[in-house]
Amino acid sequence: MENLNASLEDLNPFHLEVLREVGNIGVGNAVTSLAQMLSKKVNMDVPEAGILELQDVITLIGGEEDVIVCVEQLIEGDTPAILLFILNEESAMCLTDLLLGRERGSTTSIGEMEESLLKEVGNILSGSILNALSEMTGLVFVPSVPAFAHDMMGAVLSSALIEGGYYSDKVLVVETRFFESATEIKGYFFILPQKEVVEKILSALGVG
Amino acid sequence: MCVEESKLGVKEYKVGIAQWKTTQAPNKLITLGLGSCVGVALYDPLNKIGGLCHIMLPDSTQFKKNENLGKFADTAIPIVYEEMIRMGAKKKSIVAKIAGGAQMFSSADSRIIGNIGKRNVDKTLEVLKQMGIKLVAKDVGGNRGRTMIFDTCDGSVYLRILGKEMKKL
Repeated sequence: MENLNASLEDLNPFHLEVLREVGNIGVGNAVTSLAQMLSKKVNMDVPEAGILELQDVITLIGGEEDVIVCVEQLIEGDTPAILLFILNEESAMCLTDLLLGRERGSTTSIGEMEESLLKEVGNILSGSILNALSEMTGLVFVPSVPAFAHDMMGAVLSSALIEGGYYSDKVLVVETRFFESATEIKGYFFILPQKEVVEKILSALGVG
Repeated sequence: MCVEESKLGVKEYKVGIAQWKTTQAPNKLITLGLGSCVGVALYDPLNKIGGLCHIMLPDSTQFKKNENLGKFADTAIPIVYEEMIRMGAKKKSIVAKIAGGAQMFSSADSRIIGNIGKRNVDKTLEVLKQMGIKLVAKDVGGNRGRTMIFDTCDGSVYLRILGKEMKKL
């Protein structure tokens, strides 16, 4: 943790480009899984990769008081990272309707059942991202069971970062937006790798 | 720091994570979306001087020296207090209201849901006690995020919590 800032700031635009491409392949795999789950076409934007202040990570995709649903998975061991699957409230309810084959608008709140379902979706999608990352790099990623939060974005993201041990002022984030046009489900994947993971990924790809 | 000014000249200062701000009546201090973080509002009702910090960790002594002091309960609270004294607040009349320290995530695996919120609250209470600052209201713990709106006209702290009525501390 001591040298996190220094090391992250050593990353040059080419490194970030590589990380963006890694994110692209990983999230691409997850978006394919999601499309299969929903039997619908799901699009994604080109990922953004950057080294941001904590405050800027929290407001990267909206305001602190925007209500979101977030599934968090910690990657522990030799490759510490956090994966976040984030949906706005409306998208989370819409996704629940689609997955349960219910009429659009049937889900009106996020209860226990919706929570388990969304956690499971998050789990599957994280698995897709991590499989792609493993294939690319030969590294092993072991995710925790998913954790769940449904509240104001500022409260949720700050807690995820702090509990995940991201205490430093700067955080590397690879952010990707995905969306399903027909039902307007939209959400985000955040990949937040710790410094040592970034080094391992870059060196596995021969650009360390 | 983001500032909004109303037509009546009331300024609203937005205090971000690990930041602090002091001001005086009729201005307001706001911090949005506290999760495991704790918002500490200090107020001198005689001089109508207030300060707010948004701390994210309990203890600065576990970290290297050049960290942002606004992050920690043990450093941010004294900074706000001293700044208020310099603005003319009287030590004896300064009181505190705190909010936050929630546990936002739920999981079947208790290892990944730390008790950082509780540690933040415990340390905040300890620091206030050590400094001799009286705690007059708190809304802490639980699993809901909180937005804190601190009115330095009368020291009221309003809490916005998802799915609930605005709560006054």
